[in-house]
Amino acid sequence: MKATQISGRLWVLRDAEGGLYNDIDTDMIFHNRYLHITALAQMGQYTLDNLKGWEDFARRAQAGDLIMAGRNFGSGSSRQQAVDCFQALGIAAIIAESFGAIYKRNAINSGLPLITLPRLSQYGEQFQTGDSLVVNFVTGEVLRNGVERFQAQPFSKVQLAIYEAGNLFEYGKVAEK
Amino acid sequence: MGKTMIQKLFAAHTKQGALGAPGAPVDPGDIIWLDLDVRTARDFGGANVVQNYCEHYGDTPVADPARTFFTFDLVVPPSNIPYANNQQICREWARTQGIKVYDVNAGIGSHVAIEEGLVRPGDTFVGTDSHLNILGAIGAFGQGMGDQDIAFAFKTGRTWFEVPPTMKVVLHGIPRKPCTARDLTLAILQRLGSDGALGRAIEFYGAAIEALDLAGRITLASQVTEMGGIIGFPISQTAHPPLNPALLPDPDADYIETLDLDVSNLEPLIACPPNPANVHPVREIAGKRIDSVFLGSCTNGRFEDFAAVAEIVKGQRIAAHVMATVVPATRRVYAQMLTSGVLETLFDAGFIVSNPGCGGCASGHLGMTGKGEVQISTSNRNFPGKQGAGQTHLASPVTAAWSALAGEITMPEVKV
Repeated sequence: MKATQISGRLWVLRDAEGGLYNDIDTDMIFHNRYLHITALAQMGQYTLDNLKGWEDFARRAQAGDLIMAGRNFGSGSSRQQAVDCFQALGIAAIIAESFGAIYKRNAINSGLPLITLPRLSQYGEQFQTGDSLVVNFVTGEVLRNGVERFQAQPFSKVQLAIYEAGNLFEYGKVAEK
Repeated sequence: MGKTMIQKLFAAHTKQGALGAPGAPVDPGDIIWLDLDVRTARDFGGANVVQNYCEHYGDTPVADPARTFFTFDLVVPPSNIPYANNQQICREWARTQGIKVYDVNAGIGSHVAIEEGLVRPGDTFVGTDSHLNILGAIGAFGQGMGDQDIAFAFKTGRTWFEVPPTMKVVLHGIPRKPCTARDLTLAILQRLGSDGALGRAIEFYGAAIEALDLAGRITLASQVTEMGGIIGFPISQTAHPPLNPALLPDPDADYIETLDLDVSNLEPLIACPPNPANVHPVREIAGKRIDSVFLGSCTNGRFEDFAAVAEIVKGQRIAAHVMATVVPATRRVYAQMLTSGVLETLFDAGFIVSNPGCGGCASGHLGMTGKGEVQISTSNRNFPGKQGAGQTHLASPVTAAWSALAGEITMPEVKV
């Protein structure tokens, strides 16, 4: 059984004005010039390299890190690579106010934890890159620097089931029975 | 309580209600196993689907080869070796599985599916194309998915899906020329923004919807992705092919939101960089010099779109400094352009007319922009880097045609 509570160092994706980055689309996450890549190991290096101000993210991120952004993270295309590239870097979870629908599915199917913090843009300035977060997928509790608590949406039933199985394929084997 | 169209369509495609609770009703928020009438992959994502399939299912057969297809439409014919390799991986695997391939000559998969009757009103259809919700234009459920989802769908013929809530968009009045279905769509996008329909289905109503032909309904349905929506159904009594009557929404269905929009005084609109929801009246930026024009894509690549352009440019030449590219959606559209004379008119006016496909979208084969290049395009997205390094402005084929002639972004006129 995989851990349903994780902790890690936070990256807060901010735009040029300092606000949480909204509408980060799949071309900013994993640009279409790399779409021919099918091997996970090759994907990590290109993560966010088309997102202004974050081009060098792949070199700075470490396995176990968490990411935070604003509304509609992962809008745009259906490319799985926009999820896989974070898996390749070992990113432990992505936290945002909302996610693009297809992106959300792809992440759930891959077992990449997505955490939805409703109305995050109203208090997003409280979070800083380097913060230490503890996130519980079952209760939705987010603990910042061991002090402040925030309430995220708990994993949905299917999200938790697929996450615990590992991915959609493993879940399918269980669900078929 | 009555049911919306998506609720009825899903209920007709599930043997099991909420996951783990067989027989539960299909209501927004429920997660169901959805039976898929058709599952597809394209040259983008296709090789990844094959890889995932082989890794998890080995050489076992797909659930039903007759309901499984490849549609190559992005880099067609391939302009680089990685894409050529990926297409060949799909072809060879399809052969072993007995799956039909609509190859690099066919055109955009979603449009091919409608034209060839692979999908009918009321069906469910998935593939690796985020604009598959275009199929909402014929009252079918289409959904773009990642390659793990599609590999799973190839094998099992089904997928899990969360039943979305439905919002109602009611249009009042009918826009006048030179406005088109694209301007109508841009007006709705302007109102909803990039996430105004996030995670929702939309039902579109009103006289302006009834007035749309299939090409117009395709334009509208394709842009629901840009509103954040799952799928949009233009509810039209006059639609051809007709909507499945058994799936029409009930009058007392439950909607999460109703949005009224008066479009009777609509004016031509344009989406400026950096995203499709950054919509402005054309008149506000009229006069901006352009370098290139792109006509096509799954949003505006129909014969009707090109015929409208031909009517405007007939007997004239586009501005000398403008590069203008036309990419028909499918082979059938191309054939119509040939036999009707539209292709010759566009050629004589100075347009490059290419083979069918997706054009410049997603680093495709034609219509990419260079740094500093200003483009007016009828395609579906203008995110930074999406169609190259330039500045892409999204507008109707009519606005693009007038702009091509003038060499600058131009308010379209009504020809008398």
